[in-house]
Amino acid sequence: MTIQSIILAGLDGDRSWRLADYVQRGGYEALKKILAQKMTPDEVIAELKKSSLRGRGGAGFPTGLKWSFMPKNYVGDKYVVCNTDEGEPGTFKDRDIMRYNPHMVIEGMIIAGYAMGAGTGYNYIHGEIFDLYLRFEEALEEARAAGFLGSDILGSGFSFNLHAHHGYGAYICGEETALLESIEGKKGQPRYKPPFPASFGLYGKPTTINNTETFAAVPWIINNGGEKYLEAGKPNNGGTKIFSVSGHVNRPGVYEVAMGTPFATLLEMCGGMRGGRKLKACIPGGSSAPVLPADIMMDCTLDYDSISKAGSMLGSGAVIIMDETVCMVKALERLSYFYHEESCGQCTPCREGTGWMYRVVHRIEHGLGRPEDLDLLTSVADNICGRTICALGDAAAFPVKSFVKHFRSEFEYHIENKKCLVPPDVQRSGSDFFVAGKN
Amino acid sequence: MLQLEIDGKQIEVPEGSTVMDAARQIGTFIPHFCYHKKLSIAASCRMCLVQVEKAPKPMPACATPVTNGMKVMTRSEVAVKAQKDVMEFLLINHPLDCPICDQGGECQLQDLSVGYGGMASRYQEEKRVVVNKNLGPLVSTDMTRCIHCTRCVRFTAEIGGFQEMGQAFRNEHAEIMPFIESTVDTELSGNIIDLCPVGALTSKPFRFSARAWEMSRRKSVSPHDGLGSNLVVQTKLDRVKRVLPLENEDVNECWLSDKDRFSYEGLTAEDRITRPMIKEGGQWREVDWHTALEFAAKAVKGAAAEHGAASLGALASPHSTLEELYLLQKLVRGLGCDNVDFRLRQSDFSADGKRMGVPWLGMKIAQIPKLDRVLVVGSFLRKDHPLLALRLRQAARKGTQVSVIHPTRDALFMPLAARAVVAPDQMVGTLAQVAQALAGIKGVALDASVPAVTVGDEAKKMAESLASGANGAVFLGNLAQQHACASTLHFLAEEISRVGGLTLGFLGEAANSVGGYLAGALPAVDGLNAARMLAEPRKAYVVLGAEPELDCADGAQALAAMEAAQAVIVLSPFKGRATEYASVILPVAPFTETSGTFVNTEGRVQSFNAVVRPLDETRPGWKVLRVLGNLLGHSGFDYDSSEAVRHDLLGESAEVSSKLSNGLSRIAVTLKPAAAGLQRVADVPIHFADSLVRRAESLQKTKDARPPMAAMNAATLAGLGLSAGDKVKVKQGAGVAVLSAALDDTIAAGCVRVSAAHPTTCGLGAGEITVERV
Ligand SMILES: Cc1cc2nc3c(=O)[nH]c(=O)nc-3n(C[C@H](O)[C@H](O)[C@H](O)COP(=O)(O)O)c2cc1C
Ligand code: SF4
Ligand code: SF4
Ligand code: FES
Repeated sequence: MTIQSIILAGLDGDRSWRLADYVQRGGYEALKKILAQKMTPDEVIAELKKSSLRGRGGAGFPTGLKWSFMPKNYVGDKYVVCNTDEGEPGTFKDRDIMRYNPHMVIEGMIIAGYAMGAGTGYNYIHGEIFDLYLRFEEALEEARAAGFLGSDILGSGFSFNLHAHHGYGAYICGEETALLESIEGKKGQPRYKPPFPASFGLYGKPTTINNTETFAAVPWIINNGGEKYLEAGKPNNGGTKIFSVSGHVNRPGVYEVAMGTPFATLLEMCGGMRGGRKLKACIPGGSSAPVLPADIMMDCTLDYDSISKAGSMLGSGAVIIMDETVCMVKALERLSYFYHEESCGQCTPCREGTGWMYRVVHRIEHGLGRPEDLDLLTSVADNICGRTICALGDAAAFPVKSFVKHFRSEFEYHIENKKCLVPPDVQRSGSDFFVAGKN
Repeated sequence: MLQLEIDGKQIEVPEGSTVMDAARQIGTFIPHFCYHKKLSIAASCRMCLVQVEKAPKPMPACATPVTNGMKVMTRSEVAVKAQKDVMEFLLINHPLDCPICDQGGECQLQDLSVGYGGMASRYQEEKRVVVNKNLGPLVSTDMTRCIHCTRCVRFTAEIGGFQEMGQAFRNEHAEIMPFIESTVDTELSGNIIDLCPVGALTSKPFRFSARAWEMSRRKSVSPHDGLGSNLVVQTKLDRVKRVLPLENEDVNECWLSDKDRFSYEGLTAEDRITRPMIKEGGQWREVDWHTALEFAAKAVKGAAAEHGAASLGALASPHSTLEELYLLQKLVRGLGCDNVDFRLRQSDFSADGKRMGVPWLGMKIAQIPKLDRVLVVGSFLRKDHPLLALRLRQAARKGTQVSVIHPTRDALFMPLAARAVVAPDQMVGTLAQVAQALAGIKGVALDASVPAVTVGDEAKKMAESLASGANGAVFLGNLAQQHACASTLHFLAEEISRVGGLTLGFLGEAANSVGGYLAGALPAVDGLNAARMLAEPRKAYVVLGAEPELDCADGAQALAAMEAAQAVIVLSPFKGRATEYASVILPVAPFTETSGTFVNTEGRVQSFNAVVRPLDETRPGWKVLRVLGNLLGHSGFDYDSSEAVRHDLLGESAEVSSKLSNGLSRIAVTLKPAAAGLQRVADVPIHFADSLVRRAESLQKTKDARPPMAAMNAATLAGLGLSAGDKVKVKQGAGVAVLSAALDDTIAAGCVRVSAAHPTTCGLGAGEITVERV
């Protein structure tokens, strides 16, 4: 039987987040197993490597490998940090994990602490989900009271302290080193790497940062074995993945499916396209991922390799569905504005380039485009790509490049005719659709 | 060592080097803005992108560690394209109005844009405008020009020690600004002007007064503190336009204190005197040099003939040149008089005759960063020695343990291992405690003259810190040197150094604190020292470069002595209050208008030339003294250059190291019980310390130049029934000053901090002090 659901399995809405429910679902068994069997940290990491679990925060870096980078015989503090800053447009899965299954994240982090010899963890939670920050604090209290967290966990001699920390909503604080700066109480600005967090992280100490979903996958892997997890997905793309589906589908929401599931299947699960309209384009991995036209997208399976081969990224698994009512110029204008606004302003290409791109797209959208603008946009995006301190620069450039590449004629139409190819009333009909309760 | 290749050249660099380090080593220029060799790596401007073999994208040279076998191409197509693309981004929001920018002609952005900028801009959108910030009287801002390199921010945080500036907001709206309305004017803030690669931060006093290419660059040496910063003085039409650092890694590195940088404004002070003046029949009149010198010679000779040579006294500022000091002492000695001194702020002279050499830093300045343990005794470190403090701060941040004994808890912006904030009279006891504890740890006996004491916690901590190092030093600061028990402190510090195996050093107060000793500008046989010359008033004084009421330990007494004398010959660039008591004023050149020599606190002999012609009838001091010597009929005054004077004193080699020593023969240490009354802590504020800087207009607008107050900690204030803001009458010696009381909890209990060297407090005398509500 194929496994479709690991993290969201057995959840019962808002009622099942508490410790008792989690334990009933088999929670904290992985931790108990490690402690009871006295698994070595290396054995834990080996299991993760076998699972082929890849980071769910966007870059898809193999988690087991990442954990093995932490210096083993380091004298002094080491840290484990969970990235729940989820700020990428289109992404809203970590929020649901935190709302419905916080203990799974806690358990994953404790195991991470065990595997990497870190005594302290932080979960950095996006400022705009403050209620979930409060809930997480409560969950931590429960875990402490039950002896899963704190000193001498379950009498094993292993100690791990975990703290919640909330941000204030800046997207850039999701970048792992900006996140560390923010925890340290500084302005959230990415650090230049190297040194990498594994050698110089939080407070200058070895640190590993993983996404919420990544941590949440860990207990299952320990309980069932890395191989089982790998089998659930496909080679090099182990396990399941939670997709945040938004846009013009009948049932937008959070869906956990096995890696390698066809995109078409996911679309079906979401009830298909709203109003039976045609799929025009899809951003498969959050707003930073290049947009793909419908035909290319329909041929993809949902895993890192397939989407990468198609010219985009699985990213954080935020699937943004756009139907034929969408004006691609307007869509890009909105995305460009976001990156322009969220650039931390530290490094030149991103600080200056994101504003430049936004202004040009804005001009085109408002009927002031010039024929040379499209080449200019591509060139500016190229000049940002790969030249910045953090990946936000790339994230800002990818949409611009891909929108212009795949929908160039629509941009050209806009420049020439000073209006949208998609007539305003059609656009409006698509937007109307979003008003809740109409369908 | 690591091997790499840069543009086809093979080189070897130490482990941990960056590509930028390696390129610099072979003189390959990689364009950059945020990189600065003295600052941490920001890697944010991206101008230094270079191509690295096998790397998928261009790498920032400033932040990329060298790996063995690396191949770097700084001028390849990929590299240059990346650099040009970054330049385009830097320029899109830049005003591009260089003709009206003060940085024009010396702007790194302008310079690099010649090589990397396009002919026309592809950017057709509206440009960013940033509101200027008020950074105080020294630094002017044009923030629209800022390229966000954060050099200024990193300087304040890493070198200045206190992050005064930051980058607020994000994206292209990010702005460099000082924190919440506070201005940037510490003792080092001017350096951000040099660091700023563009015209965002420029010199406020200099602003729009000349173009870089119109000015000549002349080398000089700072006449202020004992460091002797190397200067580039920029001049135009025989006027000093501004002062910049001349990089010298061994002295000032690439920095200047604000005092070094902005004091030049005093050169054109309103009371600058440029023609000789004599007072006859109660009337001042300008005369020619011949008349003035004749008049001066006659006055000196007259007093000597009438009252004996011992009735003369010569007081020199330690900011005078070596040549002036040498000729001054030669002049009075030629008259048979030994009353000459340059140590005007000193009050305890009991070490005279017991010193084994010229007191000095005890080491090279460049060795300070290598010290692992330091004890600083009696120093307003940051303000008295801005650049030595900077070096010590860098060391402390890298692990050097610094301890401090001082009557105030000044913010030093460095981690301290231990600190004793004690009243001046308790410094002796505290030092004795450290000596005893250290001797105990080391198992070495102290000199019998050091009495046994009870060691307190802080002294114990200091001793333990000093004992645990391999390369430690004890430094005596200005307050220790001006202390009423300076010799005792010196002796105890020497004992600590001896038992602890440490180096003893004096933080030289002034440009020629070492030079004055070398020049012999102090009593040699039976002469009177500076304090006695004033306490036992002379009939005639020769005053060189000093303003006795402001520059002497007891200003009130000094003024009284001047007023009572029958003749006072003043050699100074400034009138000051000399017209009240002098008989003749001879306008001698400030450091910019004369050649001369300063011997800095490490014994470095630094000679310099005039950078401009003397103003009007002004003459270099050494020439004036030479002619005066001739007029007095002395032999050996036939020098034809200041070098000849220096040769006469120091010989061809100008080798002075053999004369330097901080050794002192035994001094009996007596411990006094804590004084019953108030004690004065008299700092000499950084911008009042000499006649030039006290006339520098912009520096006088800084926080450091605020008028003195009677500052006390809460308990002391309350004990006197005072509250902050009260108007108080301060009495000391024969003098009185009316000041505001201020609350300052950094001051030791039982003390009142009343700054010296200021017109409002120079009327105060010495000794006991009282403070009462008016
Ligand atoms: C601008 C930017 C924003 C990011 N935001 C997030 C985020 O909200 N959540 C997240 O997990 N990772 C985010 N990342 C990725 C993190 O830097 C990091 O790669 C990730 O947290 C590592 O976890 P993983 O290995 O489990 O994926 C962001 C990266 C960038 C460049
Ligand atoms: S790429 Fe953008 S967000 Fe990232 S460090 Fe540079 S300016 Fe900041
Ligand atoms: S003000 Fe000057 S030094 Fe400071 S960040 Fe801007 S350009 Fe750099
Ligand atoms: S000099 Fe290297 S990034 Fe600025």
